[in-house]
Amino acid sequence: MITVAEMLTLSGVLFALAVAGIFLNRKNIILLLMCVELLLLSANFNFIAFSRMLGDLTGQVFVFFVLTVAAAESAIGLAILVVLFRERRSINVEDLNTLKG
Amino acid sequence: MPLTGEATAVLVDILFYVFATLLVAGALGVITARNPVYSALFLVFAFINSAGIWLLAEAEFLAIVLVLVYVGAVMVLFLFVVMMLDINLTELRRGFTRFAWLGWLTALALIAEIMTVVWTRGLAGVDLSRGFVPEPAGFSNTRALGQVLYTRYAYPFELAAVLLVVAIVAAIALTLRHRPGLKSQDISRQVAVRAEDRVRLVKMAAEKRS
Repeated sequence: MITVAEMLTLSGVLFALAVAGIFLNRKNIILLLMCVELLLLSANFNFIAFSRMLGDLTGQVFVFFVLTVAAAESAIGLAILVVLFRERRSINVEDLNTLKG
Repeated sequence: MPLTGEATAVLVDILFYVFATLLVAGALGVITARNPVYSALFLVFAFINSAGIWLLAEAEFLAIVLVLVYVGAVMVLFLFVVMMLDINLTELRRGFTRFAWLGWLTALALIAEIMTVVWTRGLAGVDLSRGFVPEPAGFSNTRALGQVLYTRYAYPFELAAVLLVVAIVAAIALTLRHRPGLKSQDISRQVAVRAEDRVRLVKMAAEKRS
């Protein structure tokens, strides 16, 4: 039987890998978006583990909403990326310095 | 031959570890692949393995949704964008290893913290070593989820729908562009046209046929 501890460990490893991915690919916006997807996926693992442990479906409803928000986020993120590429011919984060942030 | 309860538990454990290994390998592939297309494909692989684990954890509806929505829609969108853009990869890869040690260090620290909490300290009042109790035969995860989603969570559900509409409108509005010089149809101008815009009646004296 799968235990909650195993699921939490797996989700932790996934989360850590996604965070490492943000450090590694910090110039490529597409890779950054993919790493955010991995982060959300690992959060979903926790929701499902606790939902199954407590026998409460609220956690799974929450996963449903997280998936919705993640889909909306990636759609808008990619749209912004396409517009950005049209303007700058580049998706390098270092080229996005108009605001001098 | 139907499996006994214990044999099923062992099988579920084995499958869980297989899927978990493949999932972690896929995630590693996502963050280290040289080409964003490979990254996207590794992410698809990771999502499919996650769906397998969710199936084992008896969250069937979400597993199917993950495959249909993520692999079927979101990742295809990602692949479209990756392939549509003409990206200079060498420029993006420059400095890949510069902060890599920091990334791996953060990852190791995160894993160590989570391992400590889960395996040695534990959470107060929660027995984390407990396995998931199998649902009774004939239990439908989809039906149960639908019953709470359309009653208790009806308003959040509708809000999610509104959010998706906003996302669609935003994505279309952002990427829409009017290129000059295109001979496209303008329906509203066509409908609003009046006879005097198109037809000019000219009065002229009659002439003899020559």
